[in-house]
Amino acid sequence: MTVTQKLTMAHFRTPLFNDWCPGCGDFGILSSIQMALAELQLEPHRVVVFSGIGCSSKTPHYINTYGIHTVHGRPLPFAIAAKLANPSLTVLAVGGDGDGLGIGAGHFVAAGRRNVDITYILYDNGVYGLTKGQASPTLRRGLKTKALPRPNLNDAVNPVALAIVCGYTFVARGYAYDTRHLKELIKLGIQHKGTSFIQVLQPCPTYNDLHTKEWYAGEDRVDPDTKKPVPRLYKLEETGYDGEVKSPSEEEAVAKAVEAIKRSYEWGDRIPIGVFYRNPYVPTYDQRIASIAPIYLQSPPALQPIRTKSMKPVADVSPLFDELRVLY
Amino acid sequence: MGKNGGKKRFTLSWMIGGAQGSGVDSSANLFAYSIASAGYYVFGKREYYSNIKGEHSYFNVVAADSPVRSTVDNVHILASFDSETVFRHAWEVEAGGGIIYDVALENESLKNIPTIEERLKSEISEKLKNENVGETLRDVITVAKRRGVRTYPIPYMDLIKKTGEIIGEKQLTLLLRMVNTMAVAASFAILKADINRLHRGLSYAFRAKRAVVDMNFAACKVVYDYVKDNFSDDFPLTLPNRKNGEDLILVNGTTIVGIAKIVAGCRFQSYYPITPAADESVYIEDKQVFNLNAVSALDEYEYPHLAESKQLSEKGHILVFQSEDELAAIDMAIGASLAGIRAATSTSGPGFSLMAEGLGWAGMNEVPIVVTLFQRGGPSTGLPTRHEQADLLFAIFAGHGEFPRIVMASGDMTEAFYDTIKAFNYAEKFQVPVIHLLDKSLANSTQTIPIPSIDDVLLDRGLLINEHLEDRGYKRFQFTEDGISPRAPLGTRGAIFWNTGDEHDELGHISEDPVIRTRMMDKRMGKLELIKESIPAGDKVATYGDPDAKDWIVSWGSTKGPILDALEMLEEEGVGPIGFLQVKILHPFPAELCLETLQSARRIIDIEQNYSGQMGKLMAMESGLRPTNLILKYNGRPFTSTEIRDAVKEVLVRNTKRIVMNRGG
Repeated sequence: MTVTQKLTMAHFRTPLFNDWCPGCGDFGILSSIQMALAELQLEPHRVVVFSGIGCSSKTPHYINTYGIHTVHGRPLPFAIAAKLANPSLTVLAVGGDGDGLGIGAGHFVAAGRRNVDITYILYDNGVYGLTKGQASPTLRRGLKTKALPRPNLNDAVNPVALAIVCGYTFVARGYAYDTRHLKELIKLGIQHKGTSFIQVLQPCPTYNDLHTKEWYAGEDRVDPDTKKPVPRLYKLEETGYDGEVKSPSEEEAVAKAVEAIKRSYEWGDRIPIGVFYRNPYVPTYDQRIASIAPIYLQSPPALQPIRTKSMKPVADVSPLFDELRVLY
Repeated sequence: MGKNGGKKRFTLSWMIGGAQGSGVDSSANLFAYSIASAGYYVFGKREYYSNIKGEHSYFNVVAADSPVRSTVDNVHILASFDSETVFRHAWEVEAGGGIIYDVALENESLKNIPTIEERLKSEISEKLKNENVGETLRDVITVAKRRGVRTYPIPYMDLIKKTGEIIGEKQLTLLLRMVNTMAVAASFAILKADINRLHRGLSYAFRAKRAVVDMNFAACKVVYDYVKDNFSDDFPLTLPNRKNGEDLILVNGTTIVGIAKIVAGCRFQSYYPITPAADESVYIEDKQVFNLNAVSALDEYEYPHLAESKQLSEKGHILVFQSEDELAAIDMAIGASLAGIRAATSTSGPGFSLMAEGLGWAGMNEVPIVVTLFQRGGPSTGLPTRHEQADLLFAIFAGHGEFPRIVMASGDMTEAFYDTIKAFNYAEKFQVPVIHLLDKSLANSTQTIPIPSIDDVLLDRGLLINEHLEDRGYKRFQFTEDGISPRAPLGTRGAIFWNTGDEHDELGHISEDPVIRTRMMDKRMGKLELIKESIPAGDKVATYGDPDAKDWIVSWGSTKGPILDALEMLEEEGVGPIGFLQVKILHPFPAELCLETLQSARRIIDIEQNYSGQMGKLMAMESGLRPTNLILKYNGRPFTSTEIRDAVKEVLVRNTKRIVMNRGG
């Protein structure tokens, strides 16, 4: 492929049979990712998509970029290290709500503290699909989806609020069936310098019989005047909300974070999607490394020579031996 | 007591102790370096509690006129500046040896020392009772004198005041910390060693802090003169300067491994803080920017971006990343390795338990990584700061299912250096995870070793490609004759691939096809045979002693040092002949080489620092050879050479089947 050829969604598809359930929200998220990559004209071999375990974590196999399907809960550590080793790569991590906020919760928190320039997309359907519908960390207390033998006893994590307090510098929420909107969020996330977190609400047509496509569309509550359903989802940007921090002031960052967290608790009749919070003033991790070792930016691990043509090491450790040398 | 001159090796065993945080380590480094600087070889063992301040720690340094690889049970000089050290260790000082102690502490009582465990208190109390004395420090000293131990009461406070006058420092609290250095200086005076060597030792122990060095040296001189003026100079061991033609470094295990990783081209190391492994990562982080040489002779194909730019950097950099846990630590090493760089993680037992998950993924996806595993006392939290070799079978079997890996173990500092480099070569050549076993004893011991030469070091990156011209033709897990498929870093044009922990096809996509499953298992597991065939015999095992011996010791890891020193002692005593087979590659196990050496042996004496003789079991499983006798130790303290000497003699005389040693405080 030459660089002049315009990349389309087709360049980002693989010929594999996709074994997600018919109607799964994953399809919408997959398309949104492929559209975003194509619109950003990113060369497929310069992109790596990491995933954890679960239905959604099969995503990389369906995208024609480097695809690394890792361990349950661990896409972030893999992705962060790959990005730090070769900062010229565009790195995405994807995974489910159980993957990211259950078994991988520790990594979720730690990633927020680092602001490595990657984009993390969390597929949130409230259930563990591949193991037949157990409650995930985002299912609210007292709810009983159809595979549960009893109502859920645990309170739900609020992924947007958690991401903000952990320090993620771009925090957004999308909806799996609004692919145009989601695609724009993913593009913004990739373009943001720092760790971007995008929670994607998605129905699980097989196991989550509560938060269905119809429920999100508000089909259970018809406006008596228009006789039309009143959708539960609304777009933050359409309400004049702006979560972007506009100055390096700590005070503004905190005020914006508090406002975003407040918004993130809206649920039920009105559920916001869009960009909740964005702070471009937090130094990225590569900048932090460079503040100690300026050479890192010019010569990150993947670009460093380690051996000569004759396979000899190029590192000169004689000064290290000198520090330890016995002087008689 | 070892004697000067003659053919026999001259050996001095010196010990210093004190509360943690009071500078025991620096004073031991000071002594070790100064003695080395006087021309002697040294080996030092560090013992400490899992504690920051207050508990007892001690350092035992052995100095000798030939290379020394272990400590001994007896002590010639015990240097102290608190009473606990004397209560605990006075008993180890042999007749004719000496105890340096703070005269101001003579009235301190055993029962008032909260950091001595009750069990040990009763033992000490019993000993004192048997001697019909009380329980103060003075009483311990009295008992030592009865055994012919020389005693050196030092008025530290007076000498500190005197030092203060000399250097014009009125604030004595600033000088109090120097008692540790002063105990070393007193030792030097007793041993008639060259006080100027202490100045070099101070520069080594306190690195570039000139003012600290000068202040301490002033104190050293005051103490040195005091000891010369006030005590008789009849100590039977002396340490005159001697000529040593060897170019040596004084180094510990974590440092030598850290340096080796930089040489090996490791450019990413992830870790989560754990004792005793963390020292290695912290050392590398401190030295993260280093010089490069020979940058002009690069391969243009291998480094096309550098061939074009012409602006080659003169510096290299290794990124050390402190992760949130060891699950992430190993995953990060894998992620970095996928980007085409040499990557490692370093940990100890509890951390390695968490790494079992990532290890399996690396095995399944044929990702080269190096896991440096500094073993410590287990199970669970076990003995966090103490020594053990009980993770061997775990390292070989960690992870569910079956996947190829290499497990190797180093016997000493020099081996640790070269093995670290080999570990990366093996990992990349065979595209497997490599577990490099080390242990607390190696990590925290200091030793004089020849400066490792890197003249013959080669970095073999295996089948690593950096472009694939036929677009879409690339298969990461392509079936090949030897099971090794070309490996491309993430970001390579034309080489897009997928990885998954699921069974997969040649492209790396999930596959549950039974035919592909079998072929992929054969591909991966078949690499173990390739590894066996490719690694030279000398890297798998080493033999020492008489090749025709009927009695053979088998062991692995850092027991090598005390075994070799014990063999020298046994030879001097006319015991033997005894052979020693050290196994260096533990998996895949070199069964044929063991059979070659051991099949006509009368005794196979398995010496290990664990409860069950893990390598003996492994050898039996892999080769059918069973150890006839076991010499084991699992009290958390490394074997001394004298301990192994005694145990081997017992095996030879009484044919004892299982001996459990328990020495060391």
